[in-house]
Amino acid sequence: MTAPLLEVRGLGKRFGGLSANEDISFAVDGGEIVGLIGPNGAGKTTLFNCLAGFHAPSAGSIEFEGETLVQLTPEGAARRGIARTFQIVRTFASMTACDNAMVGAMLHAKVVAQARARALDALAFVGLERRAAAIAGTMTVAEQRRLEIARALATGPKLLLLDEVMAGLNPAEVREAVDLVLRIRSRGIACVIVEHVMEAIMPIADRIVVLDAGRKIADGPPDAIARDPAVLAAYLGA
Amino acid sequence: MPQPLPAAQTPMARRYAAGRRAVLFAFLALAIALPSMVGNASELNYAILVLMIAQAGVAWNILGGYAGQVSLGHAAFYGIGAYTSTQLLLQYNLSPWLGMVAGGLVATLFALAIGWPCFRLKGHYFAMATIAVAEILQIVVTNWDWLGGAVGLSLPVAEAGWRGFVFNKSNVPYYYIMLGLLLLTLGVNLLIERSFLGYYFRAIKDEPDAARSVGIDLTRYKLIAIACSSFLTAIGGTFYAQKELFIDPGSTMATSLSIKIALVAILGGVGSLGGPVVGAVILTAIEESTRAMFGGTGRGTDLIIYALLIIGVAVYYPGGVTGWWRELERRWFASVAERHARAGP
Repeated sequence: MTAPLLEVRGLGKRFGGLSANEDISFAVDGGEIVGLIGPNGAGKTTLFNCLAGFHAPSAGSIEFEGETLVQLTPEGAARRGIARTFQIVRTFASMTACDNAMVGAMLHAKVVAQARARALDALAFVGLERRAAAIAGTMTVAEQRRLEIARALATGPKLLLLDEVMAGLNPAEVREAVDLVLRIRSRGIACVIVEHVMEAIMPIADRIVVLDAGRKIADGPPDAIARDPAVLAAYLGA
Repeated sequence: MPQPLPAAQTPMARRYAAGRRAVLFAFLALAIALPSMVGNASELNYAILVLMIAQAGVAWNILGGYAGQVSLGHAAFYGIGAYTSTQLLLQYNLSPWLGMVAGGLVATLFALAIGWPCFRLKGHYFAMATIAVAEILQIVVTNWDWLGGAVGLSLPVAEAGWRGFVFNKSNVPYYYIMLGLLLLTLGVNLLIERSFLGYYFRAIKDEPDAARSVGIDLTRYKLIAIACSSFLTAIGGTFYAQKELFIDPGSTMATSLSIKIALVAILGGVGSLGGPVVGAVILTAIEESTRAMFGGTGRGTDLIIYALLIIGVAVYYPGGVTGWWRELERRWFASVAERHARAGP
């Protein structure tokens, strides 16, 4: 058996006296979709930011492709093949959709023409090819979320971290987003998805990791998670 | 809703781009022919002043406009350029042309040294730090006897001509040298704008966290921006020294100069290639006309005008003159496209 793509061991993150993550361990295999769920304040975003290099963990370790990531920075994570989107969209608002994706592509293609070709590929993949010349700041939130995915994909990642990409989308847009995530996986890119829209994540995730109050309370296939008493207790307060 | 096509794809846009290029070439031809068209020395001098502040504004724009790191201390680099070449000439008789390069390098080293800590600051705090650094440098030079202190340094007029970079008969050579420096600076900006650096700078300006998430090391690219910007600003300083043949801290390192450098770029349009040139023409015109109105002694009037312009641009036209112009173009294109769509295929 090969080693997992991402392996998190005993990860903890404290902000002063507040423990946002405590002793969290899980693994993500190549090409796997892992849903990261939990009630508000469970520590999902903190964990996500640790994986993306935006927070330094206070305890534990993160291994990527068998290598322990020490003092990971966001730019370092990107270079290793970990790309992300943001919970509140952060496109380069004054630049065109094409330019946005090009900035992503430039991680590995510093030549502008080459970066443009890769960017247009990524835009076509997320279904934004017709909006290539649009200024990102003028696009709808749904479009900007897809643009963030295109920008992340343009970096050529092995692991994509999606932070609530379906928040605020209407049912039709959610279906498109679900379809997009499945197509990303079919490219062999693993996805870790923080999600609130349960009906969207349950059918597509290979595995679900559930956090509550900063700790992992469950980890398994979606149907098992849906029956897990600890999960039900956390969500329903029973 | 009609989808906007990439600008270069419609025939109208292509024609428009060709027209714009023709206008640019006409302006360039006009700039080259200008010395033979103006009647007197003071008008030519006025043109040189426009080119000088335009060049500094274009250099500022790399850091402040493209990369969005607003510096209000660029006079420090200008002064370093002026003092380095002057001191090398006075002490070691080094050609000002080489002094110009040396001044650029010293300014770059200085910029990297202050950029390292200052780039940890965000937004307004970075701007405030640059003011402080420039102010400190000005005070240091004012009290440094080896650099002439508050009295300043006079340059020798001994070797007039291109080799010595001193011209005492006419200002025309100065005009062409400055035009060349401006074109050089514009050329560097154009190269940056079209390379990955231009994309990275704009990304850093728009969303620094998102830029990091796609692998951009913020400090590294901000340092690249300040290195280019400070080098080009410093060569303008050397030109000033060679033209005026006298420098002191008040004329080459003043905070008002820093503000003026930033203002021409902000007024003309931050992050646009030609914006600072447009800003320089407009600002100098305003300054000259108000000087005629209020008289030359009112040293406060120019600062009042700067303040009003900054407020006006910030509130009404954050894109500056070129941003406003581009907005007009965009609307015009949209209306033409709509008319075409209504007329049917």
